[in-house]
Amino acid sequence: MTAIDPIVQHHERRNAIITRLLAQETILLVLTVIAVLVLASANERFLTARNLSREISLIFEVALIALPMTLIIITGGIDLSVGSIFGLSAIVLGFLWQDSGWPLEVAIAAALVCGIIGGAINGFFIVRVGVPPLITTLATLALYRGVALGISEARSARGFPDWFLGIGRGEFLGAPWQIWILLIGIVITWLLLSRTIFGRSLYAMGNNELAARFAGIPVNRNKWLIYVFSGFAAALAAVVFVSRVTTTRSDMGSGMELDAIAAVVLGGTSIFGGSGGIGGTLLGLILIQVLKNGLLLAGVRGDATSILIGIVLIAAILLNNFFQWLQVRLTANK
Amino acid sequence: MKKLFILVLLGVMILALSAPTFAQEEPWVGADDAPTHPLDCPEGVTPAAMDMTATEEMMDAPVYNGGMVEGAADLAGQPITLIDVPKLIGIGYFNATSLGMQQAAEELGNVTVTTDGPTEGDIVQQIEFLERYITQGVDGILFAANDPVAISPTLRDALAQGIHVVGYDAGSDPDAREWFVNQAEFNGIAKSMVDSMVAEIGAEGRFAIVTSSFTAPNQARWIAEMQAYIGHCYPTLTWLETVESQEDQQLAFQQTQALIQKYGAELDGVFGMSSVAFPGAADAVQQSSLCSPDDAADGVGAPDADSAVAIVGLSTPNQMKPFVENGCVESVVLWNPIDLGYAATYAMRAVVDGELTADSTTLEAGRLGTLQVVNGSEILLGLPFVYTQDNIGDFDF
Repeated sequence: MTAIDPIVQHHERRNAIITRLLAQETILLVLTVIAVLVLASANERFLTARNLSREISLIFEVALIALPMTLIIITGGIDLSVGSIFGLSAIVLGFLWQDSGWPLEVAIAAALVCGIIGGAINGFFIVRVGVPPLITTLATLALYRGVALGISEARSARGFPDWFLGIGRGEFLGAPWQIWILLIGIVITWLLLSRTIFGRSLYAMGNNELAARFAGIPVNRNKWLIYVFSGFAAALAAVVFVSRVTTTRSDMGSGMELDAIAAVVLGGTSIFGGSGGIGGTLLGLILIQVLKNGLLLAGVRGDATSILIGIVLIAAILLNNFFQWLQVRLTANK
Repeated sequence: MKKLFILVLLGVMILALSAPTFAQEEPWVGADDAPTHPLDCPEGVTPAAMDMTATEEMMDAPVYNGGMVEGAADLAGQPITLIDVPKLIGIGYFNATSLGMQQAAEELGNVTVTTDGPTEGDIVQQIEFLERYITQGVDGILFAANDPVAISPTLRDALAQGIHVVGYDAGSDPDAREWFVNQAEFNGIAKSMVDSMVAEIGAEGRFAIVTSSFTAPNQARWIAEMQAYIGHCYPTLTWLETVESQEDQQLAFQQTQALIQKYGAELDGVFGMSSVAFPGAADAVQQSSLCSPDDAADGVGAPDADSAVAIVGLSTPNQMKPFVENGCVESVVLWNPIDLGYAATYAMRAVVDGELTADSTTLEAGRLGTLQVVNGSEILLGLPFVYTQDNIGDFDF
């Protein structure tokens, strides 16, 4: 009787394979590979090192913001203010350096601190005041953008030194700086999410916050941390972005939060919290970017590309729902 | 004795210093004090004595300050593929520039130009489009920048990869493009405005100006150039007053009504200096039933009724269409975006063919004739375009 029933064992193995095959990540991976193959056959410039590294430096800002956004959405929250934190940090950087005459290194540090403060204010209202994340960050979306406009008075900073401009446009070990920064960000976020108690507790919070509290998970502290992380990532992205475009504008980053959220949700992270991961988010980012780039290279105009991307997003979600349903049917023990 | 002498000297100095301020105080017209360059008067108008300093300044042409393309293939006379990335696509204004480009491409026969860009005027998205087209490989880029500084590094990359770059409508840093087609200079706008007004109220007319605000740099510059041009060509015009409207159409309406009440039949014409001030002023004149009774067709001459008020200004055709179509406004001054796109395409073809170089002073641009090189590396589209009842229906922006 100690031996496990071979039929049950077989069933479990079969079910595990089906679950894995029909996971959203797998479906996305297949979709992405198909898109890459089709677009690569349509244009020989698509699969070149130069095109790909250029695309990574273009997606960098949204990708960096999407990493903490994944953590936030896993807990069932959302951060709509990242685009505004992005703009505010850029303006703070330019203003302190050009108008207040601070050394550029200090101004960069101040911009990063500004992002952290922005995230902490979000955390304060969500944790201490108990305002839902959607409403809190919708309010700070307007607030931070307004502050950025007020500080900049529609003026822009320019004339940054070469060493700073090297971050956004230069290379390190043969690849753009953005790739290295992003890799570090991905590894850290992935480790945090899948290899630490902190990361696992985020899933618990997303599934049932009350249960997580009773289980002794420091829910409030964790929330503070992820919103601060989000603010910091937005500020870091802004610093690199300012370096890439060599100027600051108060309207920078508007709408960026939606791009990041789209990638996270496309990547299979549930908007209701409790499931998802960094791998899916990366695939979501890659699929959207591959479509934008590949379609343009294939001669499709920008407005048509927007429509196609919208259709692909809907199709991916429908396909996912269908496979989820299939999975339930196939793994059900009769 | 010595003390008294110093005191007198001091008194004279104070007087001398304050005299110009007193003189300036009186007719405050809303002009800035930068040097002006009035253009030549229309035929049949004798200019007053020309200010010599202005002519001298106009003499030394600035040297070419545009960028240099590196290692571009010699495609002189060969077919070329161009991409046009405007601020945004899907609006009437850039549809018009795009139309002009297609017209030029058709005339030239060896140019293919495609317009593509973001659907909102966002510099981040515009850079993405440019970067991707650079990767795709085109022979030339035409652009209208959402941000002059932010767009420049990307354009410099294009130049470094042998892609020709010509801007129009909204430029970049000069060294990030080879040429920029400038749609209008301040003195050109000023000349068109004043000439259009004189055509309606005559050279002895009396006019007022409704500007946006005295500190708005563009408006102050236009007014300064108008002042200079009037002094140069029509010294008999009477400048009654300049009032502010603070970019508020309702305020422009009220200010114009106040002018009408204050000056009555003495007021012959009103200039609307912005796309907000102009419709506001036109509305006030229309509601006071003071629209000029003669229609656009019979052209020159003072209105029959002594009290009629002519309105001339700067705005877009769509904004002014109702007033132009019912005959209340005869001239709307602006440039023609179709011509702008057309000229940009001709400029690009000339650059590729090696006809437009750092030493050039003119550009042959098809139906537009010979265009002048100004400010080192800019091509001036020429005098502004005057929208009238006859042509305003052809434009949608």
